Amino acid sequence: MTDFEFVVGLIYLLSASLFVVGLHMMRAPATARNGNRISAVGMIIAVAATVALSLVTSGGEWIAWAVLAVGVLLGGIFGVYRARTVKMTDVPQLVSVFNAVGGSAAAAIAFAAFILATSSNPLDLTVSIPIVLDVLIGSITFSGSLIAAGKLQGVIPGNPVTFPGSRALNAVVALIALGASVAAIILPENTLLLVVVLVTALILGVLMVLAIGGADAPVVVSLLNALTGLAVAMAGFAIDNQALIIAGALVGAAGTILTLQMAKAMNRSVLSIILGGFGTGEIAASAGPADEELANVRSLTTDDVAIQLAYAQHVLIVPGYGLAAAQAQHEVAELASLLIAHHVDVKYAIHPVAGRMPGHMNVLLAEANVPYEQMLQLDEANTAFDNCDVALVIGANDVCNPNARTPGNAVSGMPILNADHAKSVVVIKRSMRPGYAGIPNPLFTDPKTGMLFADAKEALNDITVGVKEYVSA
Amino acid sequence: MQILFGNLAIFVLALLVGVEVISKIPSTLHTPMMSGANAIHGVVIAGAVVTASLANSPTGYILTFIAGAFAAANVFGGYAVTDRILKMFMRPKAVEPADETKTSKDAS
Repeated sequence: MTDFEFVVGLIYLLSASLFVVGLHMMRAPATARNGNRISAVGMIIAVAATVALSLVTSGGEWIAWAVLAVGVLLGGIFGVYRARTVKMTDVPQLVSVFNAVGGSAAAAIAFAAFILATSSNPLDLTVSIPIVLDVLIGSITFSGSLIAAGKLQGVIPGNPVTFPGSRALNAVVALIALGASVAAIILPENTLLLVVVLVTALILGVLMVLAIGGADAPVVVSLLNALTGLAVAMAGFAIDNQALIIAGALVGAAGTILTLQMAKAMNRSVLSIILGGFGTGEIAASAGPADEELANVRSLTTDDVAIQLAYAQHVLIVPGYGLAAAQAQHEVAELASLLIAHHVDVKYAIHPVAGRMPGHMNVLLAEANVPYEQMLQLDEANTAFDNCDVALVIGANDVCNPNARTPGNAVSGMPILNADHAKSVVVIKRSMRPGYAGIPNPLFTDPKTGMLFADAKEALNDITVGVKEYVSA
Repeated sequence: MQILFGNLAIFVLALLVGVEVISKIPSTLHTPMMSGANAIHGVVIAGAVVTASLANSPTGYILTFIAGAFAAANVFGGYAVTDRILKMFMRPKAVEPADETKTSKDAS
């Protein structure tokens, strides 16, 4: 190791520390933004040190540098443009796209290291194994993330896409990918084998994510995030770069934790999610509310809801993805701040899987100027429900289905928001249609529940008008 | 072998640090944390730089271009969107409720 390499190593160590400190500062909203900036500083010095080291040690051809500069410029413009213009409801798609490009960049780096080494000296196993793993994982992440983004965007059907023999096909493709991987590790002079790994991994990514249902989006996005981190770490092993190894490991850890937490929040195993099939066949058969259940439903008008809210002391709002889909975050925030101004205590009870990615609902509410302090996590919210006059459920269903407490149905064991513990419940929903789990929700037929069948946006506007009348009268 | 061992040790320890730091982040901030972590894996752009310095064939140039463009989209976009999200969590909250209270007093 030359003195210069030693200095670059120290800079990598510093930038890795800045990544960790930056992530650490994301614990609280007050420090999170600076945390992200600190992480960006770590990024800048890591890249600058790498540029300096590459120029000194290998120099390189001017044409390669020119190609890199053009690529970075185009990619950078695309990335910043999308980041600035993306709607907050569409952030999960964008994160998926970033996973896709990150994973494939890692795969491209490994591929370049592979063809370079074959033309000069043969690859050592300590290099060929990470290269092959990187191409494998990076390619799965690339195609899988693009399909996930397509599903989230609605370009590709959100329900699980399966066909007769699809699992057998998956198994065959996976076996070919694995076989080619082993062969490519043993025979590192054969580029064709690595191409086979690349192609089969791409197909595998598509098949895997196509078979996963839309309700599982938070898990899938987290899982692909973890895989991208792993691919980047493998690229680090392949080119002996510690910055890539550390950053990849950090992201791998983040993605893995989120994957497990999301799976837990739905009480499903990660494996069963990957194998797909939620909300299909066996479960859908029991869908649809029975007639006698519909007879027990108490319908409300917006005026009824307005009175209830205006004279309540403690209100908990349970937002579901239906709220975001109706783009009604601003309306609900307006109603809440009106009530707060008239001394009603209003908080939001947010389930971990309320949005399309972990923490998504919080971002959508923050966009509508809802203060961080008003957003309660699952446990805090469930304590608050016991002392709550009105639980206002908007566009949410499975996350507050009391059936989760009894065994033997699709949501059994899933941690839920105890909206049924509130003194009264108001549900704003378009219809009695069941949620993703495909089972009826007894909360809707509970005697203390009133249903307001309407579009969330219009209903909230009308309720706000109503509340204004009651509080000024 | 020695290089591999050093790198493996770094990898495993970084994984453990990651688990430790990230488990402490509240679920409310999971989206910005994830997109922030997403930006961090944009460090793959450093790998693209190394690839560029070694590329000596048309295939090498193509791979350099792919790695550079994709990594740049990842890193610039990732930091930009995370900053945008976190800015929303930091909005001054005193302004609007204060106005509301005023109007409510007028009304009552």
